[in-house]
Amino acid sequence: MAKIKIDKDRCKGCYLCVVNCPNALIKVSKDLNVRGVKAAYFSGSVKCTGCAMCAVICPDCGITVFK
Amino acid sequence: MKKTEPNIVFSRPITLREAENHYCAGCGHGIVHRLVCETVDEFNIREKVIAVAPVGCAVLAYDYWDFDVAEAAHGRTPAVATGIKRVRPGNIVFTYQGDGDLAAIGTAEIIHAANRGENITVIFVNNGVYGMTGGQMAPTTLAGQKTSTTQYGRSLRREGYPIKILEMLAVLPGTRYLERTSVHSAHEVLRTKRAIKKAFQMQIEGKGFSMVEVLSMCPTYWGMSPIQAADRIKNEVSTFYPIGVIKSC
Amino acid sequence: MCGNEACGEGAMIAGCAFYAGYPITPQNELTAYMAKRMHETGGVFIQAESELAAINMVFGAACAGVRAMTSSSSPGISLKQEGISYLAGCELPCVIVNMQRGGPGLGNIAPSQGDYFQAVKGGGHGDYRTLVLAPASAQEFLEYTILAFDLADKYRNPAMILGDGLLGQMMEPIQMPAVRDQKQVTEKPWALTGCKGREPNVIRSLILAEGGLEEHNKKLQEKFKLITQAEVRYETVHTKDSSVILVAYGSVARIAKSAMEMARAKGIKTGLIRPITLWPFPEKVIGGACEITKKFLVVEMSAGQMVEDVRLAVNGRAQVEFYGRMGGGIPTEYEILQQIEALAAK
Repeated sequence: MAKIKIDKDRCKGCYLCVVNCPNALIKVSKDLNVRGVKAAYFSGSVKCTGCAMCAVICPDCGITVFK
Repeated sequence: MKKTEPNIVFSRPITLREAENHYCAGCGHGIVHRLVCETVDEFNIREKVIAVAPVGCAVLAYDYWDFDVAEAAHGRTPAVATGIKRVRPGNIVFTYQGDGDLAAIGTAEIIHAANRGENITVIFVNNGVYGMTGGQMAPTTLAGQKTSTTQYGRSLRREGYPIKILEMLAVLPGTRYLERTSVHSAHEVLRTKRAIKKAFQMQIEGKGFSMVEVLSMCPTYWGMSPIQAADRIKNEVSTFYPIGVIKSC
Repeated sequence: MCGNEACGEGAMIAGCAFYAGYPITPQNELTAYMAKRMHETGGVFIQAESELAAINMVFGAACAGVRAMTSSSSPGISLKQEGISYLAGCELPCVIVNMQRGGPGLGNIAPSQGDYFQAVKGGGHGDYRTLVLAPASAQEFLEYTILAFDLADKYRNPAMILGDGLLGQMMEPIQMPAVRDQKQVTEKPWALTGCKGREPNVIRSLILAEGGLEEHNKKLQEKFKLITQAEVRYETVHTKDSSVILVAYGSVARIAKSAMEMARAKGIKTGLIRPITLWPFPEKVIGGACEITKKFLVVEMSAGQMVEDVRLAVNGRAQVEFYGRMGGGIPTEYEILQQIEALAAK
């Protein structure tokens, strides 16, 4: 089963990962991270295919993809 | 993409340091830095690479790249790369430049390095604005675009036309591989990666001057969200600066 | 050989492996000589698109660890100053040759010494100094160019050869020094060679961390202090018994020496101090000469530039007069003799 791990405190809140996930599995947190940003987080869905589009677009190299 | 554990399919390239970058949210520089590092890793050339960083937002690139880097004076980047490559032809030398560095103050240097057919690779990040100094007009700023020095929009009568560097360089016999790409979507990032790999491949094979122009977001000085900025490249910027291989020979 | 060619041959003997230049009179013989010699020896010669590109190509070659050189004349040196500041800030060794011509602006192509300030006071932005050597003959061009490479490497700092159109063009016989063992050339562990077997090297002059740039500047100033203590070079003639001492460098020093002999023949005890390094300046020998003489005459092909450093060295202990010609005018020995006679009579 594929999954991703988002480094919460590295997230600057650009949400490019959110719009690039083909299955809309990345959400925006309600809480603030250390930067004061509402970080993106992985919904944990089994629908994740490990396509890595989120990691590819992340400007801060904050996403690791497992498959 | 380096596999450090069997089940990891995407992680940080080895040559991209752990340090968090200083770029604004949604800035394309972080993506292009990573693509360069992935390329260096995949060709296994870390010990041969010498980069030349520009003046501009990417001036601190040496803090993120784990290989030899020189920092050039504003725009003189291709001249410095020429000096390095000529005395160390066995090394892989690339410049990383923005649109102020390459298309304004360094116009003479890029044209003549290209025309001499220097066997170097140029990564040109075009976001149509001066970021480091506070969002002034760049030579690549689109008509009508508002910047701190074109507050009512770039006027073609007053400021002239946005400049298409790759198309200019394409007429020079010294250039071998010129491609324009974008980082506004994951799909385009993957295309950019392929272009950067191809450009490095050309240098490794000793074929001569190669350059990739990457259309990139500057949400801060475009005055929009990163997602809006990515859409602007797709709908507006890339219609003026066409994406694709401009020259390959 | 002319001074330009002697300079080029000195560079070759010193192991210069990279030259980039841009055409400008009166130093074109040097560029042509380097084009020929680099081709013969497998070194790199590039005719750059501008002086800016040339000095930055030298910056690149210096980063990569080889002995590199550029040459130009006054207006071209003004353009190179940006690069020279970066070279000094990054502590990169290289040699810059300036065959001075008349200025300001485009001026003319006649000999001049109007670049003393931009050579010895730093020239570009920021607090830095360039080692400046002023040869007075073709032989000295050869020898001091070799020395300039050695000093540049030793101190990791740009060094300048300050000549003029007269010395550059004048043909004189040369005695070739013994061929050097290139293995003596300094090791450069800081150079960019690809990070095989070591941590990556970074060459930069941008230092943003709080207090970092001040620390870097302090380190540079310590180095400059060391150079001032160890590398002052000069020639003195008849300075032990003279009532008038001439101070001149380069081609003017040779004319001044003739004037000195003429004055001595007329019974005026005249001496000469010829600074060979213009930076570091031989201020101690000039200051020391105040014990013997109370009258100095500084002669230059300028409106009076080095005279300011002579006045600082003398520091009010003696009278300092100046005679200069500008815009390509060359002082004759008769003109200088008249000045000596007038000063002696005061």
